[in-house]
Amino acid sequence: MADPKHPAYQAFKYIGRHRRAVEHRRFVTGNGHYAADVVPPGLLHVAIVASQYASARILSIDTSAALAMPGVHAALTGEELNDAVDPMLPGVDAPKVARYPLARGVVRYAGEWVVAVVAESRALAEDAAEMVSVEYEQTPHVVDPEAAMAPDAPQVHPAHGGNIIWQRKFIWGSVDEHFAAAEHQLSYRARWARSSTVPIETFVATCSWNDATQILDVWASIQMPKYPDLLAKCLRLPGNGVRVHYDVDVGGSYGLKRGLKHTILVGFLARKLGRPVRFLEDRLENMRGGDMQGPDRIFDVTFAFDGDGTIRSMRMRAVDDIGAYSGRSPLQLGKPVGAIVGPYKIASVEYDAYSVMTNKTPQEAVRGFGQAPTNYAIETGIDRIARHLGMDRVELRRKNLIHKDAFPYLIPSGTYYDSGDYEAVMDKALAAAGYDELVVQRDALRATGLLAGIGVSTCLEPSGGNSAFEPLFNPKNETTTWMDSCLIRIDLNGAVTALMGTSTSGQAHETLVSTVVGEVLQREPDSIRVLHADSLNALPSNSPVGSRMAIMLGGAAAGAAKILKDKLLTIAAHNLQAPKKALNYEDGDVFVQTDPARRMSWDALVDIAHRKYHCMPAGMEPGLQEKFCWEVPTGGKMPTQDGRVQMYPCHSFESHVVLSSIDPQTGKTHLHRYAVGHDCGVMISPDVVHGMTYGGVAHGLGAALLEKFAFSEEGQLLSGTFMDYLLPSAEEVPSITIVDHCTPSPLTAFGQKGSGEAGYLGGPAAIASAINDALASVGANINELPMTPQAVWRALRAAGVKESE
Amino acid sequence: MKAAPFDYVRAESLEHALDCLHHNGMDAKAIAGGQSLVPMMAMRLARPTVLLDIDRLPELRQVSIETDRVRMGATTRQRTVEHGTELHAALPLVRDALRWVGHIQTRNRGTVGGSMVHADPSAELPLAAVVLDATLRLQSQAGGERQLSAQEFFLGPMFTATGETECLVEIEWPVWEGHVSTAFDETAMRHGDFAMASAACQLALDADGVCRRAAFGVGGVDGTPLAFPQLAEQLVGYRIDPGMARELAQAALQQTEPGSDLHANADYRRHLGVVMLTRVLLKAAQAHRASPELQR
Amino acid sequence: MSSSLVTVEITVNGVVQPRAVEPRTTLVDFLRDHLGLTGSHVGCEHGICGACSVLLDGEPVRSCCMYAVQADGMAVTTVEGLAPQRGCLSKLQDAFCETHAMQCGYCTSGMLVACHALVERTPQPDEAQIRDAIGGNICRCTGYQQIVDAVKLATSPGYQVKEARAQGTEASHG
Repeated sequence: MADPKHPAYQAFKYIGRHRRAVEHRRFVTGNGHYAADVVPPGLLHVAIVASQYASARILSIDTSAALAMPGVHAALTGEELNDAVDPMLPGVDAPKVARYPLARGVVRYAGEWVVAVVAESRALAEDAAEMVSVEYEQTPHVVDPEAAMAPDAPQVHPAHGGNIIWQRKFIWGSVDEHFAAAEHQLSYRARWARSSTVPIETFVATCSWNDATQILDVWASIQMPKYPDLLAKCLRLPGNGVRVHYDVDVGGSYGLKRGLKHTILVGFLARKLGRPVRFLEDRLENMRGGDMQGPDRIFDVTFAFDGDGTIRSMRMRAVDDIGAYSGRSPLQLGKPVGAIVGPYKIASVEYDAYSVMTNKTPQEAVRGFGQAPTNYAIETGIDRIARHLGMDRVELRRKNLIHKDAFPYLIPSGTYYDSGDYEAVMDKALAAAGYDELVVQRDALRATGLLAGIGVSTCLEPSGGNSAFEPLFNPKNETTTWMDSCLIRIDLNGAVTALMGTSTSGQAHETLVSTVVGEVLQREPDSIRVLHADSLNALPSNSPVGSRMAIMLGGAAAGAAKILKDKLLTIAAHNLQAPKKALNYEDGDVFVQTDPARRMSWDALVDIAHRKYHCMPAGMEPGLQEKFCWEVPTGGKMPTQDGRVQMYPCHSFESHVVLSSIDPQTGKTHLHRYAVGHDCGVMISPDVVHGMTYGGVAHGLGAALLEKFAFSEEGQLLSGTFMDYLLPSAEEVPSITIVDHCTPSPLTAFGQKGSGEAGYLGGPAAIASAINDALASVGANINELPMTPQAVWRALRAAGVKESE
Repeated sequence: MKAAPFDYVRAESLEHALDCLHHNGMDAKAIAGGQSLVPMMAMRLARPTVLLDIDRLPELRQVSIETDRVRMGATTRQRTVEHGTELHAALPLVRDALRWVGHIQTRNRGTVGGSMVHADPSAELPLAAVVLDATLRLQSQAGGERQLSAQEFFLGPMFTATGETECLVEIEWPVWEGHVSTAFDETAMRHGDFAMASAACQLALDADGVCRRAAFGVGGVDGTPLAFPQLAEQLVGYRIDPGMARELAQAALQQTEPGSDLHANADYRRHLGVVMLTRVLLKAAQAHRASPELQR
Repeated sequence: MSSSLVTVEITVNGVVQPRAVEPRTTLVDFLRDHLGLTGSHVGCEHGICGACSVLLDGEPVRSCCMYAVQADGMAVTTVEGLAPQRGCLSKLQDAFCETHAMQCGYCTSGMLVACHALVERTPQPDEAQIRDAIGGNICRCTGYQQIVDAVKLATSPGYQVKEARAQGTEASHG
């Protein structure tokens, strides 16, 4: 793709240009450094004995046969472990819903870990795990979230009192008034089934305890805020007793890899056994007991609107099934508060959110942290309103989209959208898709006997990350800091090294930081080395979540680089005996504007800083090393009493246009054309942004058409292998056209907004829109994901369509 | 997902293989391509204590193409059939079926016999075998050789008539005289997945498009793939039209008992079976006017 | 029960590697654990994701779906063996870098193996052929678009490798 052309890019030399990602050199030659590639001498391996039942008392555990096998070092149960570690607590105020890595006394979901067997090899550990015998007494279980909400439902955590771990009804604006005044209302249910991002690498945690240094070294495929701190706390180690090696390449995560429970288990074992221990989840363990499933949500929505299409108000009830334990999962109902009206001028919203526990695998953070399901629910309504009024779906959106001159725009729940031009992006997507030809193509497909439809979505992609949903959902949790940092050194040889303090799972952070630092210092980005610190020598970071790194890490890198640049100018000013404002800085050399012959080179300035203290300005720190640590822009405030808060700082936006056809006899969908308009402000690394957008579209396609963690009535996971949990291949994902737009953010160093969730946040809504457009022509519709061939066929049958018989 | 421990025996001859099976019976499992077996062993659903590798026996990999039949050694690679143009000419239906089998990596290792022995009710090669009424030859040390029709061979889901000490050695595919039209279709969730329902059809049509000989069947809609020779007889002497195709397809599917799984319930499968079978009947019927090579 | 070790001799990336292995050791575990070639990755261990793909006697196979003992006497090429020589990238490897055909890199080894095999067979593949060739390799990061673009680029007439130096093989100055 050609470099972007927006005027904002003209100011930059490196930002916004095509550039090969630094990380790729090692990946294409098989030299990645993944957690499973780290093999300390004497490494022992863990295999898990997991619960077969969704809910049961553990009557007895007999590990004697396992322990008797050669090569087996331990068979750990919750009885021992759970006394020695602190529990993991939920992200909401529910102290009785504690989680430990191993079950104790009871099991709450099929797949919950009961015994951890440790042996000389993974194969031996699995052999020994088979020899462990556990006696259970089954107890009543509940798998349906609405059933779980009933007062007489079996309780997943009786000590908590009920299965609703968290609930709150927010009323922002005059909802009742707007509903009363509106000419029309319509209601519907939209169901987002449980899917997840399912990275190809499972979770891996390797720990090694050193008695002499009293440090626990950790190599893990981690993507999680506050991981070393929580790990240390749970293991009852001091904060500086845990060293997480962030230079591990993580094989994909997209929010998910919060393997705190895996690491507590392994950390404990490493200390107990005095040998390094690794738990490398196999795929079965990962799918069932790894606690890495995503939102599982029922939306009941009512819109109030007028006959001319103006949308006045919205009531949304969201019930989310988080499974048997809580990590941050309830908070996935909270982040969408920051974009609860989508891109529309809706004046008031009632949001009634329930986080419900059931006897199923626990849920974890998934790309978008709840925004993708919420966008799907909102967009479902927009299309329905259009259909109800006989209005064109694009025109209805045009009427209700926030206008480009209205920014910063305050939405009812208290968030300002920083900048945007939603109509322009939608128009670009329509043009890229060739909307008029699409209509012709659609009609031609219909003429052959297929059903065909065009889907449109216009969706917010909040970015920048913020912990604002934490205090919003739990007033006792006064967390308002959401920071990131960067340290930059220029060494004695004049080479630049930057240090980042968290892990990377495909976002090309080394490329991001070197581009930014190169831009500010005006040095060739490929000459700038970026390293991942470990958690002991890292500056603070809140990790790559919430599409925040371009903003926060980019901003930190820019901040540190600016301080360094200023320092170089100060040294030059001192040595050239000229005021700083009379100087020009060009590619690291500094010269007097009016007399360029009076100049100092980069090398000379570096030399002074490192070696010639006598040439330094008075009181200046020797060497060239600067850090920058900062709080998320617009952050740092507690929510109001009625639950208003600035959620994320920056707001990216996407519009998808899709042409689909359905074979009415089989219910199978084919996507013919897929275009995405995308605006994330200034793109620091356009290749990276486009890559994540393509990938997000594929994720969205999977969630929309193929992927579901299905459970039986007995709480057994039915789709626990890749033969049943279906990931889209290159045959299922169509060719995708991306067209960029740029509304720079006023809040960031370069006008960049975040964009790790692009494609996924608007994709399922667009595909559902296309399928429902196709189905509408025969009076059918489908409001549940995934829209599998069988589900579509049933919808056709329900509408009495002849070919489906 | 590491397999349970086993001893490995590489067969040096067919005799050696049969001897190993004779002495180990149920504790031994023969492996060739392993594309189905190795994953099952990884999940510990299969746990032989002796793994007998028959993949290198030249006597099991011979392919001979004769005028009225093709004799295919059991460990013939799927890839060999996929790329073998002479085989395409002799067995166009098998060529058609292979287009739907897995992915390149699996066809590079997977064998024709392996697919038969694995006997997934949705698998494509077993469907082609029952439709063409292939003959499967088994050998054992004690019992010598015996042969079964494909329909006799497949007993149920993942279950065949192969005895504990027997090894599948050859599949013999009948080749029809003259020109044939073939069609194979399936509905799967994704490209390369096992079918929710599949159908295969081979017709010999005269110059006027009148059917002289017919064979068809469906997969994924019962415990084994099924062919319908008696229904197929009803096509002889007729030009197949959409109404006839649909009627026959419905009659065939009435005889099936589809199962239900996560992606497809019984009623949906049965419906898909009718759709697939109707389509292949019509496609094969209409293809006869095209060039001898059937384009998919 | 413990099974007896079996001696195998597999040629990997051109080097004969005799080892004694447990029969149940899969080829991918052999490559990673016994030979330290960690470029091939494990994603599912049941033959679906393709992250473990290697060339076996030149053809792409899933190395999690065979035991090392089955590969005795055969030749395996892993991602580490795809470059024409140390310090150079193949056209495909180079094109993958040019089009941003990877993000986390975990599926990349398998993708490159599948693509190398494709291009051997079909020097100028079209989009359908490319998608078919990588149809057995799952990626969760890229949506496949830039991978398809990479293969098209690498096989376009006159494509020159730009990445003359792989990281760490020569000192880079400035």
